[in-house]
Amino acid sequence: MNKTPFNEFHKRGGGRLIDFGGWQMPVQFAGILVEHRAVRERAGLFDISHMGQVSVTGPRAAEFLQAVTTNDVAKLAPGRGQYSLLCRETGGVVDDLYVYELGPEKFFLIVNASRRGADLPWLKGRLPGGAEIVEHSEAAGLALQGPDSGKIALEFFPGADGLEKNRILECSWQGAKILAARTGYTGEDGFEIFGDAAALKSLYPRLQAAGAVPCGLGARDTLRLEMGYRLYGNDLDEGHSALEAGLGWVVKFDKGEFVGRAALLGEKERGPARRMIGFKLEEKGVPRHGHEVLFGGKTVGIVTSGTFSPSLQVGLGLAYVDNALVPKDAREGLAIRIHDRIVRAAIQAPPFYKKPAQILTSPVPERGHTRSHP
Amino acid sequence: MNPSDLRFAKTHEWIAADGTVGLSDHAQHEITDVVFVELPKAGRSVKAGEGASVVESVKAAFDVYAPVAGQVAAVNPEVVANPALVNQSPYDKGWLFRLKPADPAEWDGLMTYERYQEFVKTAEPH
Repeated sequence: MNKTPFNEFHKRGGGRLIDFGGWQMPVQFAGILVEHRAVRERAGLFDISHMGQVSVTGPRAAEFLQAVTTNDVAKLAPGRGQYSLLCRETGGVVDDLYVYELGPEKFFLIVNASRRGADLPWLKGRLPGGAEIVEHSEAAGLALQGPDSGKIALEFFPGADGLEKNRILECSWQGAKILAARTGYTGEDGFEIFGDAAALKSLYPRLQAAGAVPCGLGARDTLRLEMGYRLYGNDLDEGHSALEAGLGWVVKFDKGEFVGRAALLGEKERGPARRMIGFKLEEKGVPRHGHEVLFGGKTVGIVTSGTFSPSLQVGLGLAYVDNALVPKDAREGLAIRIHDRIVRAAIQAPPFYKKPAQILTSPVPERGHTRSHP
Repeated sequence: MNPSDLRFAKTHEWIAADGTVGLSDHAQHEITDVVFVELPKAGRSVKAGEGASVVESVKAAFDVYAPVAGQVAAVNPEVVANPALVNQSPYDKGWLFRLKPADPAEWDGLMTYERYQEFVKTAEPH
């Protein structure tokens, strides 16, 4: 099993370690509920070293990324990032990822841990001359998330508090060059920090001492699901298209040719067969991945992610439903089969959780979707 | 309740001499933060080892099995309203339901606290 550079920290910190996509990762430290709350109210610290860090460089790097990702790379500029997808020719999702432009002819990708093995051959198979791909498999990653993140980051990285949402900054920590991006997967303000393992290992205890609470994958999942962020392997896979997954907002048909464009365009014109919905239970219960979705007493779909929301104290989740069986404007009349019970639910567009009084750090929130992955 | 006065099933339920059933401290620790409890209806008859209740944490759902055969005589409404009691007070306020055992001798066939503690050292997590 793969171990991240923080493995010893997790063990010493009382982390409960599990296998996550071939990586030994902490699912929780003090408890999912307290960690969730720490991120919503103060700051939490996540090990995200299992995620793939990939450099794409060269004179044809931009052209290459424009052809293999669905979002519009031309909208980027040095220091900016965007959420994007890799799609098959069928429109099925190979992975969801973050694409950053670091400088001229220099891009940086963050891909899912569970898809590293699939993405790299997929990308390399389409690589033209004049572009190069390097995976930084020894690098580390940390996510500092929560309303106190800006204040904490400022102690270590001058200028970090001025970094806008979805932007990335090259900075230095104890002589090593590292990257700090104002992104995350929790719905809170925060940073994702990538770079040399030794440098980030010296940063981890300092961030902790500054007030960031170590958090595991359990809280990461409840936090992302309260925002309706998709999780690859649960909500996204090659068998569901980007449009079915509700990610049409990062599919830019007008940018020109890209892998999957024809299939997705055809699907858009026909109308997708299924769609991803958010739902909230109207009775007690906890929906889970794999539970059936009912409408008018008929099975119409399947829950892909479900949990008990610690912030809202209610069961909620994401599900694929059949468009022919669930009208577009349906809100009521949905139910989830949880074990032997039929539990009433309402359709609700995410995010489920909204900050009580939002203090925006960035003047323009870009569609509210700042995310990378577990 | 003093755990030494209880008997334990391999599936990590405890049962008191009066038929009260709950989850062991070991089990609540493995399950982590309990957020939802579904209890059986009073009057329902259960066989030993039959799923009688469901306890859910943020992570997953766990079945609670009847340690002995009997009829559900009472359930704990407080644990439904406050599921965290299963974690906070596994042997007292976090009790789940009370059985009227069909055969009182079945109780003696379960593990003592001492044996249960040895058992969890070698057993798989709940």
